[in-house]
Amino acid sequence: MLVEKYADEIQAILAKYPDKRSAVLPLMYLAQEGYGFMSHEAMRDVAGVLDLDPTEVLSLAGFYTLFYEEPVGKYVLEICNDLPCALRGADEFVEMACKKLGVEQGGTTEDGMFSVKTVMCLAACDKAPMLQVNLKYEENLDEAKFDALITRLREEAAEGQASYFGVEAMKTALKQG
Amino acid sequence: MSHILLRHRDVKDIHKYRVYVANGGYDGLKKALAEYEPAEIKDIIRKSNIRGRGGAGFPAGIKWGFIPNTEGPKYVVVNADESEAGTFKDRELIDFNPHQVIEGALICAYAIGAQACYIYFRGEFMHTAENFERAIKDAYANKAIGRQIFGFDFDCHFYTHYGAGAYICGEETALLESLEGKLGQPRIRPPFPAQAGLYHKPTVVNNVETLANVPPVIMNGADWYLTMGTEQSSGPKIVCLSGHINRPGNYEVPMGISYRELIFGDEYGGGILDGKGLKAVLPSGGSAPVITEEALDAPLTFEGLADHGSLLGSASVIVMDETVDMVWAALKLIHFFHHESCGKCTPCREGTYWLERVLQRILDGRGQESDIKLLESIATQMQGETLCALGEFATSPVLSTIKHFPEDYRAKINGASSPIGRNEAKMAEVVVAAAEVKAG
Repeated sequence: MLVEKYADEIQAILAKYPDKRSAVLPLMYLAQEGYGFMSHEAMRDVAGVLDLDPTEVLSLAGFYTLFYEEPVGKYVLEICNDLPCALRGADEFVEMACKKLGVEQGGTTEDGMFSVKTVMCLAACDKAPMLQVNLKYEENLDEAKFDALITRLREEAAEGQASYFGVEAMKTALKQG
Repeated sequence: MSHILLRHRDVKDIHKYRVYVANGGYDGLKKALAEYEPAEIKDIIRKSNIRGRGGAGFPAGIKWGFIPNTEGPKYVVVNADESEAGTFKDRELIDFNPHQVIEGALICAYAIGAQACYIYFRGEFMHTAENFERAIKDAYANKAIGRQIFGFDFDCHFYTHYGAGAYICGEETALLESLEGKLGQPRIRPPFPAQAGLYHKPTVVNNVETLANVPPVIMNGADWYLTMGTEQSSGPKIVCLSGHINRPGNYEVPMGISYRELIFGDEYGGGILDGKGLKAVLPSGGSAPVITEEALDAPLTFEGLADHGSLLGSASVIVMDETVDMVWAALKLIHFFHHESCGKCTPCREGTYWLERVLQRILDGRGQESDIKLLESIATQMQGETLCALGEFATSPVLSTIKHFPEDYRAKINGASSPIGRNEAKMAEVVVAAAEVKAG
């Protein structure tokens, strides 16, 4: 599936490196977008392109936190609650967000729309509380702004504009190069 | 004061190629190519004493000087894996002043004879690095990158690469492993990257901010750079202020201002949030020991906090007011290091696990008097025993909070009554026994 769907992107990625193994993380991002999460099938696809053993891709998926080995919501909300953000109310913000969406930390809403995860520092400590939605920054948040964000995302999803895991940005960049 | 690094704050739209060029952009690279031999560039950088802005403070000129003068592929790798808790300076440069970073990397490439630069972004920067991706494209279109750069006999390519969520990839050899498509785990050194780096070729790995210092030094000379800061810490530094501070954010300061001025000065932090008292400051995210009020008059330099047992590091200054429980703060930081430990070497992998477990039970009111000694014992078994600095860093929030705020620990322990779980008690005995064996 990966090869057919992303033939151009794969070629552009491979052209960047003298050793094709370097392409493994970029290809995993593509596969994750294609399959919706880092399924075993997705791993086998990546391994096939790069002549790796699928277990090597599996170990990378386990090591790097941005690969989701279980299905996730259309929008993954990654909220930082490291010390600098926590000093400015991030723990309370996480609690509020989970309660509003009716999920536990790490869980996904029943409609499959939102996953909520807490993550390590996202380099936005001066704009806490903050989160990333599929790797896009949302900063200086409070309850009202969170409500507005959720409403906006639901509207986008209804219009079919959901963007996955930042891969869109990577593809744009490849076209530019 | 106009900025040397955060130039986008003075010049609107400097992320655009034509605006950057209209304001002296790429003149440093042109001057390097037209007027200097590679060896002369290395001399200028060495003389300026630009020290690594990622945290280690290693002189860039010396690092470049380690690259052998041999034929064959060499690489410049820009470390944009900014992930230290409290650090957000490189992201501002990447987003708003990308060409200065690119120009610095190209000057480095010319000096060491590299034909390619890779910038390793943390995966979470995938969207925010859009300006940077565009900057590369525009630089190619204007012959600032590629073949025969600005018509000179110098070819260099520039590629972006995205990690996928791992703090350890900020460690330079782990970064190289990750860029080669492997688990981000540090390499055993030697060989150092200068001998065998990316794809086993000679490689310079420099932080984003470090490279942003290079073009102005080439334009204005090493002596100009040495007029800023102190003898051992020259130039400007971007400081990230976060936590309980009135004006959080990045500040470009001349090295040598005091921590007191940084935190309380109207030009900078503007004092503690809600007028509360200060309890502690982390001068380098989670990676350096906490300091207290009595250290605030120390200068913000690489050497300035030595007498207070701490470090400048990445200058990510986290401010905590008088209400913060330091056991809680230490646990937050240890949770980070435990989560981010790559698992390659045992003292870090196991040590961060046990530090978190023991701190958690103290915080939960299940601690006992011996737990403080236990924490110290675990930490000292990690120090000097790990492949990279992560394991070392992880000990500092624990040891320094015990040192400066023993009363926070005692308040929790003395209030405790419930016995600790049997398995934990058993494992605690094992850890203490191991410490005794080691102590001989």
